[in-house]
Amino acid sequence: MPGHFEPIPGGGAAVALDEVEISIIRSLAVQLLELIGPGPAEDASADPLAELFAEGPSEPPADPVLRRLFPDAYSDPETAPASPAEAEEREAHSAEFRRYTENDLRAGKRDNALAVIRTLDALSPVDEGGAVLKLSPEESRRWLGALNDLRLAIGARLEITDEDDTDLLYRLPDEDPRKPMVMAYLWLGGLQETLVTTLMS
Amino acid sequence: MGCVTSPAPVEIERTESAEEVFVVPEPDVPWVTIVHNDPVNLMSYVTYVFQTYFGYTKDKATKLMLDVHHKGRAVVSSGSREEMERDVQAMHGYGLWATLQQDRK
Repeated sequence: MPGHFEPIPGGGAAVALDEVEISIIRSLAVQLLELIGPGPAEDASADPLAELFAEGPSEPPADPVLRRLFPDAYSDPETAPASPAEAEEREAHSAEFRRYTENDLRAGKRDNALAVIRTLDALSPVDEGGAVLKLSPEESRRWLGALNDLRLAIGARLEITDEDDTDLLYRLPDEDPRKPMVMAYLWLGGLQETLVTTLMS
Repeated sequence: MGCVTSPAPVEIERTESAEEVFVVPEPDVPWVTIVHNDPVNLMSYVTYVFQTYFGYTKDKATKLMLDVHHKGRAVVSSGSREEMERDVQAMHGYGLWATLQQDRK
């Protein structure tokens, strides 16, 4: 069924994708990879050990998409710090957390996006330029993570910050420049929803 | 740690009160992992994550997801600071918006 994942007997999931859909998902996954950036290993360090001990950044990313993908761990958005000292403490703890986790988190998200690209590139074309994508349970989990990251990225770009924003997007006029991105966002949501269902069945 | 030079043995007089020295200190105030509401994450996906990562039953995972959705936040786990940092990192890996803090209640 187009636009819907279905469970495969014995585990895994399948979806029929046409040429345009394949190229949209692939291109979004590539953009996400570029945004997340190369791992420490690709920073021209010849020492493989250095990568193991490489520390991540301590500052939150400047890009709103990356800030959403890698949020501060110690900043409760609802409770303002009681004092400047507490604010400082939260910041210091968030910075430390970031140094020790962000490289791993980036690597995990990169792996998921790469799995999407690889499985799409391995498709053998069928009628009219479309194909049926079949995922193993492991590939399904990677796809699920990548689809979520893609939706978070598009959501941040569209500045979706509360439920009302989502309702508004459904009613955008056709000539709105955000329309294509909104269509992609909703379509990816359908893919993700049906993929979760296959994993929970 | 460096090597320990053994000093002359000291006679330790064992009395009942010596026991108090070994009393376990007050347990640390526990830390909690909080997941915050987010209009992008699907309700089904959030439930899936709570079931998959924490091993919660479908009922418990669904209840927590609904708390996040309706109340804006839910405490999804509690424990030591290290454990909560691990949970928050895992939540960020799944794309959920999570923070940790000491449970001051």
